[in-house]
Amino acid sequence: MKRQSKRWLGLGLIVMIGTTLVAGPVTMSVQVKSGQVLATPSFLGKVVTRVNYGDRLQVLEQQGDWSKVTLADGQGGWMHNSALSKKKIAMKAGSQDAQTGASGDELALAGKGFSSDVEADFKTKNRDVDFTWVDKMEKIKVPPESMQQFLKDGGIQPVEGGKR
Amino acid sequence: MSLRIDARAQLLSVAAAALALAFVSGCSTMSQVGGVVGQATGVMNADQAEALNKSALAIEKTFQDITPEQEYYIGRAVAATVLVTYKPFDREQANAYLNLIGQTAVQFSAKPETFGGYHFLLLETDEVNAFAAPGGLILVSRGMVRCCKTEDELAAVLAHEISHVDHQHGLKAIRKGRLTSALTTLGAAAGSSLAGGQLAEVTKAFEGSISDITSTMMNSGYSRTTEFEADKGAVVIMKKMGYNPAALVTMLERMQVQLKADNKGFGKTHPAPEVRIAELKKTIGTETQPEASPVRQERFQKSLGGV
Ligand SMILES: [Zn+2]
Repeated sequence: MKRQSKRWLGLGLIVMIGTTLVAGPVTMSVQVKSGQVLATPSFLGKVVTRVNYGDRLQVLEQQGDWSKVTLADGQGGWMHNSALSKKKIAMKAGSQDAQTGASGDELALAGKGFSSDVEADFKTKNRDVDFTWVDKMEKIKVPPESMQQFLKDGGIQPVEGGKR
Repeated sequence: MSLRIDARAQLLSVAAAALALAFVSGCSTMSQVGGVVGQATGVMNADQAEALNKSALAIEKTFQDITPEQEYYIGRAVAATVLVTYKPFDREQANAYLNLIGQTAVQFSAKPETFGGYHFLLLETDEVNAFAAPGGLILVSRGMVRCCKTEDELAAVLAHEISHVDHQHGLKAIRKGRLTSALTTLGAAAGSSLAGGQLAEVTKAFEGSISDITSTMMNSGYSRTTEFEADKGAVVIMKKMGYNPAALVTMLERMQVQLKADNKGFGKTHPAPEVRIAELKKTIGTETQPEASPVRQERFQKSLGGV
């Protein structure tokens, strides 16, 4: 939490030195390729907007598995906790954060480890492994409205109103 | 999170081993640990010990976890590898319906958001089989679909596979030593992109990890405990979603009959259906038969009737 404290100091906010309690929203990162921000804390809610991997946003409050978030552009809504990480996600290897030696507790390096580079190398070494259908199946995306219709038509009534 | 703890402990020991090697060989990748390389005395002074600790800690902290992004790339390669042996069943309506049930069921799992999301695909084979690649790429055989007479039963099959992903059973099949070598390489390369030799080393660990997972999924199978865990998770998903979890039992009863003919697929990799049923009954009690739904039955038949 040291890094965060420094940032708050830099902003000229009052920080109680020696306490870990920071008043105000917590900054978190989107840890999925494309995350959806919903109007209500349920997948039955309307999609307000989408956010991308590494985007930073403010979490104002939490309700069960859901976080109420505000984006940099001021838009807000709810995201499922599984889409968020406390870590800052550095989008390029060799970026400032990587060089200043921020630890793995605070930072995840996008594109490091098993990455698209490694997949490309894997493909050249394993020509018999074809990713065509993997790419195809990844394109099959069911929008929330279709899920709702599917449940409704089938007379399926979720407990607790959804994603929980 | 036992994976994470194991990886950390191993990283420390690997780092120590790598440094010990550097004593003898003067290995250049470890040269950033000043004062250690070249002093082949075999005894460390305080500075050297501190340097070793620092280096080990740096590696430990930088790569203590498999990120969702890395899980995604592992899952893609696992699915692609399974698809070398099992061809996809290229029927759009059937696959669309499979995704409608599957992706909706995912919303009732513990971690509905994965890096690339959940996606489902049918496999051509008559074998009773299904595979859950890390990150949520789920493959289900026609033979498996034929074990299902209702939408509810198919939902139960998918919920079991979703549960495997949720519990990261695939990742846990990676042999423990596998990641440490890759992570040591990455530790040495922190802050820069991978050079040719380093990339090759990480790819090797990647290939090894894919092979560990696919051979477990396709041949040896997970442990009974792991399968029971997936069944339990499936029941939770079914209940939250609003399906009667007893559909998992009726599906398994049919599977028991189907499996008699061969010892392939689930006959090889999963506990016998009757064993799973006995275990399940402890969780769900004696539920009644799932009630029939004309709408669900109609759409099930329409999309998968000919499969
Ligand atoms: Zn299983």
